Amino acid sequence: MSFKGRHVVSIRDFSRKDIEQILSRANKLLPIAKGEKASDILRNKIMATLFFEPSTRTRLSFESAMLRMGGRTLGFSDPGGTSAKKGETLADTIRMAAAYSDVIVLRHPQEGAAKLASEFSDVPVINAGDGAGQHPTQTLLDLFTIKKEVGKIDGKNIALVGDLKYGRTVHSLAYALSTFKAKLTFVAPPTLQMPEEMVATVKEMGTKPKLVNRIEDVIKTADVIYVTRIQKERFPDPDEYKKVARVYRITPAMLKGAKETMRIMHPLPRVKEISPEVDEMKHAAYFKQAFYGVPTRMALLSAVLGVNS
Amino acid sequence: MKEMKITPIRNGTVIDHIEPGMAMKVVRILGIPEPDTHSTISIAMFVRSKKMGEKDLLKIEDRELRQEEVNKISLIAPNATIIIIKDYNVKKKMRVSIPEVVRGIARCSNPNCITNKDEPLETEFKVENGKDIKLRCLYCERYVADIVESIA
Ligand SMILES: [Zn+2]
Repeated sequence: MSFKGRHVVSIRDFSRKDIEQILSRANKLLPIAKGEKASDILRNKIMATLFFEPSTRTRLSFESAMLRMGGRTLGFSDPGGTSAKKGETLADTIRMAAAYSDVIVLRHPQEGAAKLASEFSDVPVINAGDGAGQHPTQTLLDLFTIKKEVGKIDGKNIALVGDLKYGRTVHSLAYALSTFKAKLTFVAPPTLQMPEEMVATVKEMGTKPKLVNRIEDVIKTADVIYVTRIQKERFPDPDEYKKVARVYRITPAMLKGAKETMRIMHPLPRVKEISPEVDEMKHAAYFKQAFYGVPTRMALLSAVLGVNS
Repeated sequence: MKEMKITPIRNGTVIDHIEPGMAMKVVRILGIPEPDTHSTISIAMFVRSKKMGEKDLLKIEDRELRQEEVNKISLIAPNATIIIIKDYNVKKKMRVSIPEVVRGIARCSNPNCITNKDEPLETEFKVENGKDIKLRCLYCERYVADIVESIA
């Protein structure tokens, strides 16, 4: 299916084939993303970044992607001085932005905002995170990272670790990994384990996830350990939080016995989930992962704008 | 002596084969009695039924249901039969059917969902018809916590 003009709202709108198409496009664009090769395939195209809540990392990644392909960007990074603050509906803001640009990148605190935007925009809308909702470009860049760093996704042992209950990003990732028949293990304290609905969904898709609560249980077999942030606010008892944060912290000692090729990922920013000594180990893939956001977003932008890579 | 459980109606709607115990919820989502109307409403609960063992039954005088209301009923009483009565006779009899998607009739229970803000949209839910009927918001993708609350 052609991507031209298509909105990118939820990873659930992507078939496995769609995802593969984007990942292979991202791979071709890698030298341009690194700045080794110049490109102007998006010359004369304008990307509007509408960030109704700040997310510097995501915004810079999108802007870098656009600029690397010779496009231009405009927008705002927090709604402070905009008419949205004066009570304008999101629908109206989107209509306006669609008139000024060729593609809209939207970050919004309310869940479902991207779907709403897609209904009022004549140009493609890319969801850059809507509240606790979907963040499909994060999922795509996670998949791209696994593919680049581990070689393939099918059949690999992938452990998702940390807050699996509230982290919607990790739900989207679990969903996408299931379409690739990865072997999933969900590692979390019982109170933060993957919601039953999500477990049921991935089972329906044909994967049989294992649910464990100790990282030690997956160290030897994992090809990827995907670590997410455990938020203090989730714990009514601060001592309980400290205990969990200690048990779920990745340290070099903990990684003894891991496969040489095992890679650790994290959507960043990390707080205490991964000790800084791990950064120097060959297992650390999280900074590369952040970089892979650029080629992945380049692939999406060029695809929805109907430009051949 | 034979007891008359529920009086026949002249004009209006009978909703039969409601899941036992659910009649009051149907009353609630239909918003009856409407203010300033004094038409008879009869509610029978846990009536013996050959087909269902037990069932609830509702008779509403002088009221025909709109399609939207029939859709709502299907979500909480999927086996219901709707009978339209005219001059004591059955004018029309139909089974409810569960729609795949419901638009505009339900509210999302997620307070942070964009559908609960002042935007020009119609809510949209996918109906998942498993052991229980579940509504999944097509905007925030979350499940509605309480269907009756959401459609009343
Ligand atoms: Zn919703």
